[in-house]
Amino acid sequence: MSATQHHILSVLVQNRPGVLARVAGLFARRDFNIYSLAVAPAEEEGFSRITVVVDVASTPLEQITKQLFKLIEVVKITELDPRQSVERELLMATVRTSGVGGGGDNRGAVVELVDIFEGKIVAVGAEAVTVSLEGHPDKLDDFEDLLSGYGIAELQRTGRIALPKLDREARLRAVKGKAG
Amino acid sequence: MKITGAQALIRALEMEGVEVMFGLPGGCILPAYDPLLDSSIRHILVRHEQGAGHMAEGYAHVTGRPGVAMVTSGPAATNMVTPLMDAYMDSIPMVVITGQVPTWAIGTDAFQECDTVGITRSTTKHNELIMRAEDVPMAVRQAFHVATTGRPGPTLIDVPKDVLQNKMDWHWPSDAEVIDSLPGYRPNVKGHPRMIKEAAKLILASERPIIYAGGGILKARAAEALRELAELTGIHVVTTLMARGAFPDDHPLCLGMPGMHGNATAITAMQKSDLLITLGARFDDRITGTVPTFAPEAKVIHVDIDPAEQGKVRKPDVPIVGDAKYVTQEIIKAIKDLLQGGATQADIGAWKSRISGWREQFPLSYEPSEPGEALKPQFCLEKLRDSAPEGTILVSGVGQHQMWSSQYWKFNEPYTWVNSGGLGTMGFSVPAAIGAKVGRPDRTVWAVDGDGCFQMTAQELVTASVERIPVKVAILNNSYLGMVRQWQEMFYEERYSEVYLSPELPNFVQWAEAMGCVGIRVDSPEEVQPAIDKANSIDDRPVVVDFRVDAREKVFPMVPAGFSNDDVLLPASQNDRRSALK
Ligand SMILES: Cc1ncc(C[n+]2csc(CCOP(=O)(O)OP(=O)(O)O)c2C)c(N)n1
Repeated sequence: MSATQHHILSVLVQNRPGVLARVAGLFARRDFNIYSLAVAPAEEEGFSRITVVVDVASTPLEQITKQLFKLIEVVKITELDPRQSVERELLMATVRTSGVGGGGDNRGAVVELVDIFEGKIVAVGAEAVTVSLEGHPDKLDDFEDLLSGYGIAELQRTGRIALPKLDREARLRAVKGKAG
Repeated sequence: MKITGAQALIRALEMEGVEVMFGLPGGCILPAYDPLLDSSIRHILVRHEQGAGHMAEGYAHVTGRPGVAMVTSGPAATNMVTPLMDAYMDSIPMVVITGQVPTWAIGTDAFQECDTVGITRSTTKHNELIMRAEDVPMAVRQAFHVATTGRPGPTLIDVPKDVLQNKMDWHWPSDAEVIDSLPGYRPNVKGHPRMIKEAAKLILASERPIIYAGGGILKARAAEALRELAELTGIHVVTTLMARGAFPDDHPLCLGMPGMHGNATAITAMQKSDLLITLGARFDDRITGTVPTFAPEAKVIHVDIDPAEQGKVRKPDVPIVGDAKYVTQEIIKAIKDLLQGGATQADIGAWKSRISGWREQFPLSYEPSEPGEALKPQFCLEKLRDSAPEGTILVSGVGQHQMWSSQYWKFNEPYTWVNSGGLGTMGFSVPAAIGAKVGRPDRTVWAVDGDGCFQMTAQELVTASVERIPVKVAILNNSYLGMVRQWQEMFYEERYSEVYLSPELPNFVQWAEAMGCVGIRVDSPEEVQPAIDKANSIDDRPVVVDFRVDAREKVFPMVPAGFSNDDVLLPASQNDRRSALK
């Protein structure tokens, strides 16, 4: 049996009511848990891109990919190899800066942490701040761990989005194009 | 000129060539039933919506055209769930139209509202809720296109009442518009040429090949191509429960049905084969027995139009995604090319004599009843078969009688066998037989049913009588849920739990007569033939024959669930030669 691991599927679908339910249903029926999910309109009008992260072994994933492709609204599916793709995610958290959980006044420490991670302070209240961080999901994991020491009141992550990496030549061409 | 959504719906169905539909009206679908009065489409009013669904399936099975059913919202839509799932499992093209509460009431728990598209999402190939009258023609076109192309299956369109009432400008979408509107739907018909060539080479090199023909052969209308392939290569064919009739039972190369209740030769030939030429079949658990021990030495060529079937159960050596007819014809061409180029086929003579040996030693068999003993169900089936007019269509329910039907009938023509294979839906046969007879009024249609199954949907015989659809029903009445009884006898130490039906009730003859049919009861062997002759002579109304059969009879051979095909249980009379199954 192949070991379970994160698999990232990028699914291009026709943007129609019920599409998400159909896609999610295929996972639910097999009792596969969706680790994260991001959906938004894609580059072409009328289409959306769904980025699904699931933890399954490769064999059932291959079957589920084929089943997904049978859905009438699914136009294209790409499995993204994490080494061959760029991934991003956004995190927002409201952190207590005083009182329960936090002990004394933590505002300074939280602000410093946000600075180190190059995050943002989105809102400031008397006893809490809301911060945000965009970046690679691993970086967000670290940030979340460190923040939790101060007492997180609420946290929301978007789930990752991903695109295939451009190969080196394509990257260079793009840079040259810009320079020219 | 503007027309209503309802008028557009009926016109769209006419444009799709629909001649007959099965249904039952109610609140939300009412507007569609009005223009139906002026339509050329024949509507058959059922007594229960499940019946409409199975009739549409029976019709589709025998005609190859999509069956159409129309019902109202809520309970009518939920009554349709079973036939939809049945059609989905057996890849039957079917289009179902359900009424829905008005668009403004959706989501308010309105009277007879249910989330039809939600409920049927996993029982249809595709479904759609239509929110605007002007979308009706396109939705109908898409529903028929999706139901009938690629791997066929059921589709559903859910139409709110106000969408049926609203006005729209009629527009009939072109083929190109339909295809453009479904950018994610491009079934692959032509197999990969390299894989086809690879398949041809494997076939010529194989010393123990078997053609494993599934229901896809019938869906692709590939029976002729199958026969040509078998005759060109001399390779024996097994026909699965869904493929009975795809290759003539009387053909010397036909081995009949493999699987849980297949015959010992078909099962063993697959088991010992070195190449399974799989055409439109899906390695169902009822065929393979325990998968790791299934046909351990066989390479696999797998032709299927559905890419998701490739490698789902058994990893193929040569996967070919394509239409079974097209691909089989291409394989034939590739074989001929190779032969012309000087290649030769491996010697399969030794293999064929092994197969003949099995056939001789392991025919289907049962113990005939002693005088004065209860009737044997297999005996009734043999008589029914031998008296059946040319081209008779056989439709079965689910249980022991289904397996005996498949085993003892001689299917020599495609589309003469209709049954519920994948879902195993009790209650399928009476309505499916009615649908089959509507599709092929020129043919005799016999339903073989169990007394348990019959009691699930018998009320549709009222539909048959009223609509003058003269089907014939043979109940193999053992007063038990026989198949379940068999399992309890064999695997639960004869502890019979809730399987005994009553031998007195219902009175099937009276019930049949109350529904406008002729009812005949048969208790002894001498009565069998006269009853069948009488039933065959009646053509102006349905007939029900209640055969009182031996409840102790079991279906053999049998590969019990969780067993390997190597350990098939034979009828008692053949146990002494079991070692010959090598
Ligand atoms: C709707 C439904 N319920 C339950 C079953 C389980 N089941 C399979 S065969 C069978 C017995 C069928 O009895 P009967 O119609 O009398 O046929 P027999 O096996 O006696 O020939 C049952 C209960 C089923 N297949 N379908």
